[in-house]
Amino acid sequence: MRKSLLVVSATLAAALTLAGCAPGSGNSADAPDDATIYIGSLYEPQNLSNTRGGGQGVTEAFNGNVYEGLYKLTDGGEVEALLAESEEVSEDGLTYTITLRDGVTFHSGKELTSADVKASVEAVTAEDSQSARKSAFSVISDIETPDESTVVFTLSQRSISFLYNLSYIWVVNADAEDLTQSEDGTGPYTLDEWKQGSTLTLVRWDDYWGEGARNAEVVFTYFTDATAENNALLTGEVDIITTVQSPDSLTQFDGNDDYVVSEGTSTTKELLAFNDRVAPFDDALVRKAVYSAVDTEKLLTSIWGDYGTLIGSMVPPTDPWYEDLTGVNPYDPDLSRDLLAQAGLADGFTFTLDTPSYDPHPVVAEFLQSQLAEVGITVEINTISADEWYTKIFQERDFAATLQEHVNDRDVVWYGNPDFYWGYDNADVQQWVADAEQAATTDEQTALLKQVNAQIAEDAASVWLYLYPQIVVASSDVSGYPVNGLNSQFFAYDIVKS
Amino acid sequence: MLPYLLRRTAFLVVSLVVAMVAIFVLLRLLPGDPANALLSIDATPEQIAAARAQVGSDQPLPQQFAAWAGQLLQGDLGDSYISSRPVGAEIGLRFGVTLPLTLLSFGLALVLSLVIGITAAVKADRWYGVVLSGFSQLGVAVPVFWVGVILVWIFALQMGLLPSGGFPRDDWEDPADALRSLALPVITIAIVMSASLSRYVRSATLDVLGSDYLRTARAGGSGFTEALLRHGVRNGSVPVIAILGIELSTTLLGAVVVESVFTLSGLGSMLLTAIQQHDYANIQGVLIVSTLFVLFVGFAADIVQRLVDPRLRTSVSGNR
Repeated sequence: MRKSLLVVSATLAAALTLAGCAPGSGNSADAPDDATIYIGSLYEPQNLSNTRGGGQGVTEAFNGNVYEGLYKLTDGGEVEALLAESEEVSEDGLTYTITLRDGVTFHSGKELTSADVKASVEAVTAEDSQSARKSAFSVISDIETPDESTVVFTLSQRSISFLYNLSYIWVVNADAEDLTQSEDGTGPYTLDEWKQGSTLTLVRWDDYWGEGARNAEVVFTYFTDATAENNALLTGEVDIITTVQSPDSLTQFDGNDDYVVSEGTSTTKELLAFNDRVAPFDDALVRKAVYSAVDTEKLLTSIWGDYGTLIGSMVPPTDPWYEDLTGVNPYDPDLSRDLLAQAGLADGFTFTLDTPSYDPHPVVAEFLQSQLAEVGITVEINTISADEWYTKIFQERDFAATLQEHVNDRDVVWYGNPDFYWGYDNADVQQWVADAEQAATTDEQTALLKQVNAQIAEDAASVWLYLYPQIVVASSDVSGYPVNGLNSQFFAYDIVKS
Repeated sequence: MLPYLLRRTAFLVVSLVVAMVAIFVLLRLLPGDPANALLSIDATPEQIAAARAQVGSDQPLPQQFAAWAGQLLQGDLGDSYISSRPVGAEIGLRFGVTLPLTLLSFGLALVLSLVIGITAAVKADRWYGVVLSGFSQLGVAVPVFWVGVILVWIFALQMGLLPSGGFPRDDWEDPADALRSLALPVITIAIVMSASLSRYVRSATLDVLGSDYLRTARAGGSGFTEALLRHGVRNGSVPVIAILGIELSTTLLGAVVVESVFTLSGLGSMLLTAIQQHDYANIQGVLIVSTLFVLFVGFAADIVQRLVDPRLRTSVSGNR
């Protein structure tokens, strides 16, 4: 594939690269390189494998630090070659011939070969794999390894996101045995010790093929309580907090020279998702009426203060097909009442909102309840556990409307799947999503997904309440950390302490 | 004594079985499926079925219970659904934090409550006796979590004397370091516990002070302190021992909350994480082990009570 295809948007990338540089990273060259960096996080890995269900903790600690893929997604959202040296794509877009980088070895000392790449991809696509990315690789019809440094993927149809998707696959030593408790990756760190419930320690690996980590050791310290995490930063027990989940705690760091608060770009969207299959939400007029009854700006401010962004659709600014669509369904209670009347519901209606029991959903639900009451819609809040949400909403589709945060980038494509839990069913959108994936160029893909984006906003397929902020707080003597934390990645190798 | 011991052991076994059934059934009454913890938001029906098979939630409940109970009888707590680590080994590791935390807190609370309770009783007419009574009243009403937060604010954030949380990475390799980490959590639990415990000590002391045998001993020429130590402590300790048993169990349960405030990797935080992750194997393991602990402490308290007070022994074994 031509390199230009990988660059999703030059302007966006440049802006994000700048945004991705932590403050003070310029003067870090003379910093000592034997430092231990203590990182505070609320997301402990559940296991050490990325083929066993989702879990942002394992991505945060391991992705890019211990394990590497053929490609990597930079903190700015760009796809870059990592263990791949180069790639060639056939005219029809169905054959990807990837040459591996020379001189890469696993932590066990074994040299990286194409067989490891093949085995790693097959582990993700295997029948018993719980990988969240499994379905993205159903287009692979064959993987061949003509020699030790070449992998040839044959696809059953064009897939313009193929290299992007490959960035999610860790290349793992095919001969390694128990990767649930140990690791064998190619990254700049090796796993030293994982004390479950407490800390995970990574140490610099001196035989790394690339430039190597700029610190000697990274210790992830895990907290179940955000206040305890903040206290640890205040007392110097940790140097950085990867994501701040409550703006209330920021007052003690904001305006204090000892700390730096960075707001990066998040991909986490707070959604009021309707069950678009059932009345009255099968009527776009009703969905639009609900959308226009909600003052999202007031909601965002009440939850996040000055942080966070409003979005008018499912697409965050880091996705190449982002467009500002906040004006499509404006906050306008009169318009909302008009739309309700047009839908034959001038007297309003009542619906149950299934609300996950954890923050911020209960607060959001109460806000929606009071806002919708003003246009005559009665909301009955039904609080459910995360577990119940998965069974009742995701599997059984037994709901009218629900709240949920959707964390991944590029996930607008779910609106092209009428079987997804929210049941949005628009034949045009399905066609555009399918065509976008089979597009010959990224421009074509971007244009089609922009169309999808505009159409789902026009149909108010869901109410996109706001985009979470991505806030990193760090002691002012560390620099070089990622601030966007895209998809929960946290590259630790450039962090230095002055 | 022997028939009593046998009856008491039978009671222990029955309680444990009831607890096992209760823990298992209550967890299954919750809506949802333990397999959900392994799944992501775009899981296919095949992935859902595979996850259910992996954790066994596709089997009928009696079969699931039988499998778990069978494992337990062999001393095997099973493997975590999520991390695949053996639950028993993990609990063993976590006890390295929770047990010292519980015992140190309990010991400190005991000392504090004896000093406070006896002083408040003996010096009930002095101002500090009244203040100490007031302290125990107040202490009972204060949540342990809040005390922890206040202590962290004073000793860690303001004075920088002690760490705000965490446990050394090398565990007990440097005991001084480990003890420093445990200092605030231990004080937190001890303050809250001694508040309620000192009320019992105080009323037991008041009972003793007003008793005939103490008056008789003093009339026989013993000094007040000597009479109190020789006769009062033994008589007064009987009701306190029963309370101590309950309080020791409560300390363990209090550790659940305190471990979260202080980021200690003990049983409490293991339970909390397991609940968040819906890891039923870990939840069941921690609950059954802590139930066992509570039952054994109650058992031990009963035996000690009977050893201290011979009247209980004869009355129980004589009447039945």
